[in-house]
Amino acid sequence: MIEISGLYRKVGDRMLVNDVNLTIPDGMIFGIIGPSGSGKTTLMRMIDLLDNSTMGSITINGTRATRDKKQQLELRRKMGMVFQKPIVLSTTVFENVSYGLRFRGVKGDELKARVIEAIDLVGLSGYEDRYAPTLSGGEMQRVAIARSMVTRPEVLLLDEPTANLDPASTQKIEELIGTINARFGTTIIMSTHDLDQGQHIAHRIAVVIGGMITQAGTPEEVFHKPLNSEIAKFVGLENIIGGTVTKTEEGLATILTHGKEVEAVSTEGVGSQVFISIHPDDITLHSGLGIEKSKSSARNCIIGTVTVTTLSGPFVLVTLDCGFPLKVIVTRRSVEDIGIQPGKEMQACFKASAVHVMKS
Amino acid sequence: MNDIIDGFIQAIQLIVTLNPEVMEIAMRTLMISLTATFLASLVAIPAGWWIHFHEFAGKRVVINIIQTLYAVPTVLVGLFVYLLISSSGPLGMLGLLFTPAGMILAQMLLVIPMMIGLVITAFSGVDRTVVDTISSLGATGYQSMVAIIKEVRFAVIAAVILGFGRAISEVGAAMMIGGNIRGYTRVLTTSITLETSMGNLPLSIALGLILLGIALIITVILNIVQERSRT
Repeated sequence: MIEISGLYRKVGDRMLVNDVNLTIPDGMIFGIIGPSGSGKTTLMRMIDLLDNSTMGSITINGTRATRDKKQQLELRRKMGMVFQKPIVLSTTVFENVSYGLRFRGVKGDELKARVIEAIDLVGLSGYEDRYAPTLSGGEMQRVAIARSMVTRPEVLLLDEPTANLDPASTQKIEELIGTINARFGTTIIMSTHDLDQGQHIAHRIAVVIGGMITQAGTPEEVFHKPLNSEIAKFVGLENIIGGTVTKTEEGLATILTHGKEVEAVSTEGVGSQVFISIHPDDITLHSGLGIEKSKSSARNCIIGTVTVTTLSGPFVLVTLDCGFPLKVIVTRRSVEDIGIQPGKEMQACFKASAVHVMKS
Repeated sequence: MNDIIDGFIQAIQLIVTLNPEVMEIAMRTLMISLTATFLASLVAIPAGWWIHFHEFAGKRVVINIIQTLYAVPTVLVGLFVYLLISSSGPLGMLGLLFTPAGMILAQMLLVIPMMIGLVITAFSGVDRTVVDTISSLGATGYQSMVAIIKEVRFAVIAAVILGFGRAISEVGAAMMIGGNIRGYTRVLTTSITLETSMGNLPLSIALGLILLGIALIITVILNIVQERSRT
């Protein structure tokens, strides 16, 4: 288990890591997501004890890291780290993978067997004698993973391991991450700015913005119930609109936004400044302007004018001007059936439960 | 003109017949310069590594001084070592003046700054992520140094070869510290100086050709090393 408490790192006037508190249980794939320059890499380097903290503590499997170089080396030897840039040393694949074992004094047949096992794990059997710098980026990154895994680390740190790779190589690395976690129970901490990757690989996710953990939770929580508008924007939620709670009744809040009233499931009190987000999938469009709320299960129906329609794979992204831009995803069939086109007035309906309310 | 041609012919005869005096001078020269280069490497490579990978006050000044010393005149190094090991100097009790050991010391001091500088340049070409990768694999400080040197081995070898080239071709310090004693401290460069002043051109040319041959071998090795580093 990795426990991080009150962790700070300040360089000059810049606070790169700001009061980070995290607990990462054994065997978990933990994703760290955040925009570029948000402090993900610094946090990963600090966990691997490559960079010192300004304040706070990191405890790895019960041992609290100190500034003592010898202790740091002992702890670092329980971990492996793969960097964003695929790095191989100027020698063969076999020699590359053997480095960590040689540093630990492993020699002879044991070294050979373990190196071959690690190379096999990443699917590069037969590449042992290849000069590593001549490999492709994806192959180099797999060598880097084999080089970290050969020492059988308790924790594997992956810093944006697929950032520079093509889709096919990315898929192989993602499968490999799952295999390593399932087969060896290795705790994996992976930073990424690829939201899909974070969502489908990680068991839990922390969002880092400006060096701070702004939210940590399951992918479902982070991607569907972001705590604030900044996280919502980062995780790609659409239709983020600011407003004020004007009424509350039986768990329902009425929010006034751009002159329109929206009902949402929320416990925010009257007068609270909030942001709401509505997933474009959760909104239906109707051409008849006379639809009564009572005839629809949706509590919210807002009238707007279609401004843009954009193809999005098998769907169409429709943008309405409702006093604020509202994006709706509909099928191509619906576009034809309802006659959705720019300039046409439409009614957008959505349930109160589809409205996610965030503190301002 | 005939003197020069005759000199060349006689010089080639001296080399081809493995003239004992010529061979003895050549072997001593190699022994002194190779030893000096080897010992200088033991100092310069770790020193270059330490200077490059550690932050300390005045680091830039130290590097500037090292770079300035690249071009230090050999007679100045000779003078410095002379003051150091002469009977009244701080190391006078070691009795190194006019000995091959003294010459080795002088050549070491001559080439160390250049080798440190070249080694620092070699390390500055190492990607920071390579250093981090080696650290993250659990390397101790020493293991990290060895692994990084392996990464830039061709550039480091080039630095050592260039150091050897400077050591073997210098004459000022060798003359001042060695004293050009026949059969003891006489090396190719000091010998050429002496024999030329004595009018013994064939021997001078023979020794000069050997020195040139060594320079040629150094250049060829350097080219091979640099070629390998590019592939």
